[in-house]
Amino acid sequence: MTQPGVYWLQQILNALQLGSIYALIALGYSMVYGILTMINFAHGDVFMVGAFICFLAATLLKLPFVLTLLITMTASAGLGVLIERLAYKPLRNAPRVSAIITALGVGLFLENLTLAFYPYPQHVPPLLHNVTWQLGGVALSSLQLIVISLSLTLMLVLDYVVRRTPVGVAMRAISWDKTSVPLMGVPVNLIISITFAIGAGLAGAAGTMYSLAYPVIDPYMGIMVGWKAFIAAVVGGIGTIRGAVIGAFILGGVEIMVVALLPSTYRDLVVFSLLLTLIVIRPHGILGSPRVQKV
Amino acid sequence: MKPATLNPNPMPAGSPHLEVRDLRVHYDGIHALHGVSFQVPRGQIVTLIGANGAGKTSILRALSGLTPYTGSILFEGRDLQRVPAHRIVGLGMAHVPEGRAIFGNLTVQENLRLATWQRRDREAIESDFERVLTTFPRLRERLRQPAGTLSGGEQQMLAVGRALMSRASLLLLDEPSMGMSPRLVQELFAIIQDINRTGTTILLVEQNANQALRIASRAYVLETGRITLSGTGPELLGDPRVKEAYLGTAATGKGANRNPPP
Amino acid sequence: MRVALKKHWQRALDARWLVPCLLVGGLVLTFAIAHFGLLNNYVQLVLIYVGINIILATSLNLVNGYMGEFSLAHAGFMAVGAYSSALLSMKVLPVAAHPALFHLAVLAGGLVTALLGLLVALPSFKVRGDYLAIVTLAFLMIVKSALENIDAIGGPRGISGIPRLTTLPWVFCWTVALLWLIRNFVYSCYGRGVLAIREDEIASDLMSVDTRRVKVLAFMLSAFCAGIAGALFAHLLQFISPRVFDVVKTTEILIMVYLGGIASIGGSILGAALYTLLLELLRPSTVAGLLSWLPAVVFDPLNDYFIRHLGVLRMIIMPLALVLVMLFWPRGILGLREFRGFIPRRDRRAHGAARLKGTDTHDAADSHSTRET
Repeated sequence: MTQPGVYWLQQILNALQLGSIYALIALGYSMVYGILTMINFAHGDVFMVGAFICFLAATLLKLPFVLTLLITMTASAGLGVLIERLAYKPLRNAPRVSAIITALGVGLFLENLTLAFYPYPQHVPPLLHNVTWQLGGVALSSLQLIVISLSLTLMLVLDYVVRRTPVGVAMRAISWDKTSVPLMGVPVNLIISITFAIGAGLAGAAGTMYSLAYPVIDPYMGIMVGWKAFIAAVVGGIGTIRGAVIGAFILGGVEIMVVALLPSTYRDLVVFSLLLTLIVIRPHGILGSPRVQKV
Repeated sequence: MKPATLNPNPMPAGSPHLEVRDLRVHYDGIHALHGVSFQVPRGQIVTLIGANGAGKTSILRALSGLTPYTGSILFEGRDLQRVPAHRIVGLGMAHVPEGRAIFGNLTVQENLRLATWQRRDREAIESDFERVLTTFPRLRERLRQPAGTLSGGEQQMLAVGRALMSRASLLLLDEPSMGMSPRLVQELFAIIQDINRTGTTILLVEQNANQALRIASRAYVLETGRITLSGTGPELLGDPRVKEAYLGTAATGKGANRNPPP
Repeated sequence: MRVALKKHWQRALDARWLVPCLLVGGLVLTFAIAHFGLLNNYVQLVLIYVGINIILATSLNLVNGYMGEFSLAHAGFMAVGAYSSALLSMKVLPVAAHPALFHLAVLAGGLVTALLGLLVALPSFKVRGDYLAIVTLAFLMIVKSALENIDAIGGPRGISGIPRLTTLPWVFCWTVALLWLIRNFVYSCYGRGVLAIREDEIASDLMSVDTRRVKVLAFMLSAFCAGIAGALFAHLLQFISPRVFDVVKTTEILIMVYLGGIASIGGSILGAALYTLLLELLRPSTVAGLLSWLPAVVFDPLNDYFIRHLGVLRMIIMPLALVLVMLFWPRGILGLREFRGFIPRRDRRAHGAARLKGTDTHDAADSHSTRET
């Protein structure tokens, strides 16, 4: 294998790692949007809180990785449900913007609350022993493989849940027409809470993966990552699970490519220009389609 | 057909399956219902007829807990005021909403299965599934198809089939004939009668007064939120006021689309 | 008695002399404050911020409130106005002529930004609601990272040493002028077109409202105001960098708009003033100063456990307060209502009824997007 080939293989691995973290976050945006047509702007901050929960579990409780991941996902899911119940549910019949602004407020609250405890960036201790294998010049790090494979597993599980289980069918039914779902005997509020729990749990998982891959975390890290994941979800086709994943991997790929080819400060410029172009060309995303209006 | 096990506390034979007393509904200060009272006896077909905006849909929405109301709704003697919407179908009252409210993004099968959310009796669900597919053979051919790709008539069949999947003892049907061809309407009304023969009580809300009154044992006429006439189906079919307002002179069933004179 | 008083009050508010008198009074007052130092510099600074934030909130309300769109680009517009005017006054205009030509720089900043507003208005023909939110967000990010990557204007370090030319009276003048402009736009026939778009775009198309033209004008006016606010901001802070104009800044402006209430100039003024003043009031030094009359027994523990930590706490309290306001007044404090003084005389009678009708249609405007899982 030639040198450039090896180099690009390496970059593809990096892109997959970054893309899978974006995907885990984008899924939460997409699911909540699909079911409530609400942009949950606090979602990026749930990811950030997830990273900090992971940090706490690893430093204070000194738990092994699997337990840390489980605790982080559970606690983040709980946080997601709490936010939904306290801040969003009372506004379900209010103008949609009110819920969006509330979400922004909740996000700011989470950021500043975390900032009050951790004013400085924190270093997450290595959760896993990292092994690097040299394969034909490509450095395969076990961390990278774990991040990618765990994320992919979670996505497959989610895809299964949404496509095959009654809860998933109920979620899709709500996304089509919330008003007649109770007539099926389906408790809408419970399904919405489950949706938030899953989305936030995945964000927690993303926080853990992020801490594994890029172990410096700070209270504002959720803003940029969150907004980017959100745009990725839109580019893929918001409200569709597969669209969110595709959008996130495109985003991860583009970011890694830009950094590899251009000065790294150009990253956001190129990424956002590209995303903007994609949205203007295909306003409903790569997999989305305009819903036929029922007259 | 209706197994007694489904109604652990069967009401005495004489008491109505559903009783509505002084039902009032208003949206944003506009009164949609001004004190409606009626009864649906067990095992019968009762129809509510009336023009657009008379409040028919409001009644059904209140019955299934989708709209807040005052007054009382007694289902098998139980007051539904505090029962959340999603529990009502579990009690045995299924609502087929107006305008084929099927979930277009779900497959036919998923639509049917969704309605069994409150049920835990796996085997009975399977037999009901078979029964629905036997009643509506067209659905069997399209089980894995997204419901949105079905024709209008098929969607209505799916909506009715879905309600059957909940094994309700009382079926609320909101304008099932809307937008269907006369031949399909015939077919559908025959199916409704079949369902009724198996022991399911039916509350049928219709603009198509002619058809509805033919199969109903009891009927109520609703005008601007009030019940103005009631009687047996044949009585109302022969009533001059009903003839003029809802049946039209041609009495072909088409007249149902006309608004009654004020 | 109360009715009579209310009538009297209303007649006073309707009087033709009221608005000019208030304006002249305000102008004289602000000049006096600045010239004679009636208020200390800190208070003056806060008042200037209030003015700039009023411009920002009202102009964002034009797009997000009156037009029912959801734009996140405002901090980007502000950045463009700030950078272009700062460069103009530093590199082009002669230093000696600064006080005189300052307004030229501010105006130029506004005009450049208005052109950019045109650019953002174009995709809004194609996408609405949530998608426009994303387009404008991407625009904001692009502006920010573009500024970071141009070394000639300081890159990520930004520009420092901008002359301090923004003063309280001038901010007062700009605020009044721009409010007047926005108010006239909203109540002009174009503005009625804007409202029509919010109610129902398809219907207003049918009623031959030229929606494109109205949208372009509204976006450009909104951007123009944001650019001016940015220019005033740059000549106040004397230092600007791309980081100043990030998403958090947009979020702040959004908060002011929705706190005050959508589609209401009075609401935006209230929201901007409340937000700015509250944030300043909650500073440890301010609270300590205000409560210094308390006896030491009370003050010291209060100070130790609460006031000293306000720097952090206020950043937690503000978003919490926002969430609470949204929960109790989902349309903001003055949502869809207006101070009488901002409504043109000819419209005052019809206003109440029309607005009541409009209350429930705001979110209909952004319900056109797709839903699918």
